Amino acid sequence: MKISYSIPIGPVHPALKEPVMFEFEIEGERIVNVDFKVGHVHRGIEWIGMHRKNPLQILPIAERICGICNISHPFAFCIAVENAAKIDVPDRAQYIRTIIAELERIHSHILWAGVAAHEIGFDSVLYLTWRVREKVLDLLEYLTGNRITKAMFTIGGVRRDITEEQYPKIREALDFYKKSFEKLKHVFLDDKTVKLRSRDCGILTKEDALKLCAVGPTTRASGVKKDVRVDFPYAAYGDLDIDYITPDILTGEVRGDVYDRIVVRLLEVKQSVEIIEQCLDNMPDGEIMFEPKVAKLLALLKKASGDGVGRAEAPRGEVIHYVKMREQDTPYTWKVRAPTYNNLMPWIPMLKGEQIADIPIVAASTDPCLSCTNRVAIVKDGKKEIVTHEYLHKLSVEKTRRLIG
Amino acid sequence: MSEKILTAEELAEEIKKRFGVKDITIDKKAVGVKKRERVNLWIKGRREILKDLVKYLMELDYPHLAIISGSDLGSTVELIYHFSIYYGRKYQEIAINFSIELPKNDLTVPTICDLIPGALVTEREKQEMLGIKIEGIPDDRRIFLPEDFPEGVYPWRRDETGPDKMIRDLYEVREDED
Repeated sequence: MKISYSIPIGPVHPALKEPVMFEFEIEGERIVNVDFKVGHVHRGIEWIGMHRKNPLQILPIAERICGICNISHPFAFCIAVENAAKIDVPDRAQYIRTIIAELERIHSHILWAGVAAHEIGFDSVLYLTWRVREKVLDLLEYLTGNRITKAMFTIGGVRRDITEEQYPKIREALDFYKKSFEKLKHVFLDDKTVKLRSRDCGILTKEDALKLCAVGPTTRASGVKKDVRVDFPYAAYGDLDIDYITPDILTGEVRGDVYDRIVVRLLEVKQSVEIIEQCLDNMPDGEIMFEPKVAKLLALLKKASGDGVGRAEAPRGEVIHYVKMREQDTPYTWKVRAPTYNNLMPWIPMLKGEQIADIPIVAASTDPCLSCTNRVAIVKDGKKEIVTHEYLHKLSVEKTRRLIG
Repeated sequence: MSEKILTAEELAEEIKKRFGVKDITIDKKAVGVKKRERVNLWIKGRREILKDLVKYLMELDYPHLAIISGSDLGSTVELIYHFSIYYGRKYQEIAINFSIELPKNDLTVPTICDLIPGALVTEREKQEMLGIKIEGIPDDRRIFLPEDFPEGVYPWRRDETGPDKMIRDLYEVREDED
């Protein structure tokens, strides 16, 4: 007789952005059903914005919605407010916004690649990729004064310029990433171990990706061409030569598995480097802010009335912010939607039918920051047994060892 | 799905004709040096046409539902469904923001999960945050609010069902004894 178990996993480490509680129903090693609960660190940020803060005060909060997407949220929020208040952003600011957003994508994707390697027990690759990532963080510190929260954005522009004297350092870093790209590509895509663990694992079909409204590299790896930068011009993206990245560009086919998600992210690192180069080559002159005087800007925002939607392509997919302005200090409504919100449901088809040892890599493959699953409880006949994240990780490492023999 | 791609104006006309909607705003914004345009369609509709509108959009292209946003406007609760179609075609995406107002004495709206299964997370969120009832929702549990959050309090509401008392009387909140 088959006995099914229920395994709750999570909630994850509160320091990370999307903590999720998973409950798996398993038969032997195989997952037959998946359920999840989110909201463990729902901080009521939207409420704070709607009731306590003016748009400029919201910016630092928006920047702290997520540590890694700390540009995407202010980006989308600024666009939403600018749309609602009919503010035009100077072209130069649009290019600077684009450069900073793409630098963020480089660091985020490389960070993810390291985490993915760690999940399958390939820690030497984790160290290699995170060493490669340091360069972009150093560059961000050089350009903005900080490695993570950069405080670059303001309503109607950016707060710091990127000058000609800074170009050589940017170009040097871009050359470094062009060189590292080949190496990373070889390590991730030609390696037998990575292939064994990621090929045909955690498949999301194109149909499911569409129906479940998946976004970002998760949906593109399933062959859905959806990228806000190309679909819906914002910032400088309408001026640039960019296209959708799907795995068939490199491999000639779309399987929608974990491997394809690695392919898409790696190619996007290369694409980001090219985007920044295009921005540097075509950087227009001019102002970087619509209104440098804060009091004047706030007075203008206080008079604004209307709805605005801001969309930006974050490293994990589309971020969308909605604001309703009603001639008052605070926005009347502020709705934030991060990409993982839409990438929750796709986990169900991805994880069904896989083994327990595949949970870490499949769950991490949508890049949800779920890699910090802190404990696992196994429920059997009403008795709860808690096992650690280390144990789950050990299972994953053992599977890799078993496969390579 | 039809091959022909409608422009924002054609789409607005078609929606006006099919659903008897009067209030449609086409919001075009040109950005960058090349002044490429992006198009937002703002439609003020009624809940009765919601499902038919989604079905119509599905004839054109599989609509992506980004989010449903919501506001308490006093006597009504407004929901805005943020759809987009024609993604995957360079610079041709049209964002469709479909808003409906629900009177406070009848806060119900039909689910669209049968058409777009990915709407489930956002529909569950609207139920717990705004106290509306999504009719026919496949899973009506809470999603973001904790299980011990009081019933009948809806964080985004601005009336007596809002969280004001909880915030004002924070001292009443005690840690669980366990």
